Amino acid sequence: MAVNQTQATAPVQAPRTGKPVVSDRARHERRLGLMLSAPAFGVMVLVTAYPLLYAVLLSLYNYRLTDPNGREFVGLSNYATVLTDPVWWTDFSTTLAITVVSVAVELVLGFGFAFVMYRILHGRGLVRTGILLPYGIITVVSAYIWRYAFQLDSGFINQWFGLGDFNWFGERWSSLFVIILSEIWKTTPFISLLLLAGLVQVPWDLQEAASVDGASARQRLMRVTLPNMKAAIMVALLFRTLDAWRIFDNPYIMTAGANKTETLSFLAYRQNVTLLNLGVGSAVSVLLFITVVIIAFVFVRGFKTDLSQVRGDV
Amino acid sequence: MGGAKSSRWWTVWGLLILVWAAFPMLWMVSLSFKDPNSFRSSTPSFLPEKWVWTNYDTVFSDSLFTSALRNSVGIAVLATGLSVIVAMFAAYAIARLDFPGKKLLLSMALAIAMFPQAALVGPLFNLWRNLGIYDTWIGLIIPYLTFALPLSIWTMSAFFRQIPWEMEQAAQVDGATAWQAFRKVIVPLAAPGVFTTAILTFFFCWNEFLLAISLTSTDRARTVPAALSFFTGASQFQSPITAIMAASVVVTIPIIILVLAFQRRIVAGLTAGAVKG
Repeated sequence: MAVNQTQATAPVQAPRTGKPVVSDRARHERRLGLMLSAPAFGVMVLVTAYPLLYAVLLSLYNYRLTDPNGREFVGLSNYATVLTDPVWWTDFSTTLAITVVSVAVELVLGFGFAFVMYRILHGRGLVRTGILLPYGIITVVSAYIWRYAFQLDSGFINQWFGLGDFNWFGERWSSLFVIILSEIWKTTPFISLLLLAGLVQVPWDLQEAASVDGASARQRLMRVTLPNMKAAIMVALLFRTLDAWRIFDNPYIMTAGANKTETLSFLAYRQNVTLLNLGVGSAVSVLLFITVVIIAFVFVRGFKTDLSQVRGDV
Repeated sequence: MGGAKSSRWWTVWGLLILVWAAFPMLWMVSLSFKDPNSFRSSTPSFLPEKWVWTNYDTVFSDSLFTSALRNSVGIAVLATGLSVIVAMFAAYAIARLDFPGKKLLLSMALAIAMFPQAALVGPLFNLWRNLGIYDTWIGLIIPYLTFALPLSIWTMSAFFRQIPWEMEQAAQVDGATAWQAFRKVIVPLAAPGVFTTAILTFFFCWNEFLLAISLTSTDRARTVPAALSFFTGASQFQSPITAIMAASVVVTIPIIILVLAFQRRIVAGLTAGAVKG
């Protein structure tokens, strides 16, 4: 259906592509392009857009699976329920804290790692291999590793650092500290590899020229290297921010949301799957989606990043 | 700037990074060899006091783990295969063809890469139960395939863009048939990109947890990350900690093998879609 429509309008758009006439070959190319990308389009729309619209619909009803017959239209009142509940705002602040701290630390750490991998002469392959291990490890496994390292009856951390019987999971901020630690360990490799890819693209002669002109190492970094890495930094930041914003595995495994460590994804999961409260749960889902859209919008607008340009797709 | 002295410092920093990456994994291995009945202590140590295999026996005799392992392998392999095939067509179109909707496809992939999966657990949970695919392999394969698509499409289209496609015509001019030109020239050039994409997609499916606990309820389709969170150990009187670590070691081994064997490709793949043009 969509294929035919686009085909019909295809000749009108032809001049844009810069070709003077729409040859048979170009028409054939268009049809082939649409045919080849149709499965990907179809799957993505069916599995994300459709359920999302369904969530929007469900969010307007009072609908619990424990009482399916009691389903009734309630308008926007589920949204009011969620947004006036302190739980939403606690989870929001938890998610925000985790995102801001982990992304900030990872950016600095990732830069360090990228520089080391860029400069190191002996064992470069070994370091890259090593750094990929946390990247590849299952997040749930990472969560367990760190949890048991800090847990009172099993962990060595308190022994090593002389912390006695300090219960890391007994209060909010120390729990969040361990959660963020696991998150940082697991995802810094990704950020550092992206930054490394940006770093190797900074033209060497620029550095050289700055050096000849008497720029100090710090000036070279701030004036030459970093500005030329802007695209890589933006991509790394955007992806990691949105990834951290969705955090679920670490708090679920480490604290099960105790001591106000529940995140927004966790709240959506708990309302929908644990409590089977699909009306309110869908409202949480939709609100979570909206927060992601806002973050993406702020990034793309605020930092003037044209992502397709960054990726060189233009 | 250069010099032997500074090069030595970079090596030291490199070693520190290795320690940072490996240390938590050594802790995992150490804990997996501790005696499940006596490892708890008020002053726990890093290394086991005595090394035992018990935990590995426990996990392999527990059907929760063995069936989860089977589910994880099956679901991850099938989802990866399907995702790579669907993405391969799309990536070829993006890299080589001029067609309306190209930009839309890329924007959509970007949007889905950023999509919060948690926003889908409610509707998918409900839809899957109505369709009768809740707690089945296919019920997990469909969303995995979808969420892996953006990564697959980008990585492969970045690889495909670097292929010298003129060689195909050159081969045909030299007398090869279209099929020969494709098979002998294009396939060998495209294979590394496809393969790398498959590894990254496999990592994604192997790791996924939120959908795995939301869309399964029994051994039928529960994958390893989900099963780990339900693990209770050999008996209800025993702490599951050491057994969970043994299971974790087992499921980390394939990752280590893939990383060791294909380090270069994984690095290239991770960065191909993101920064390079």
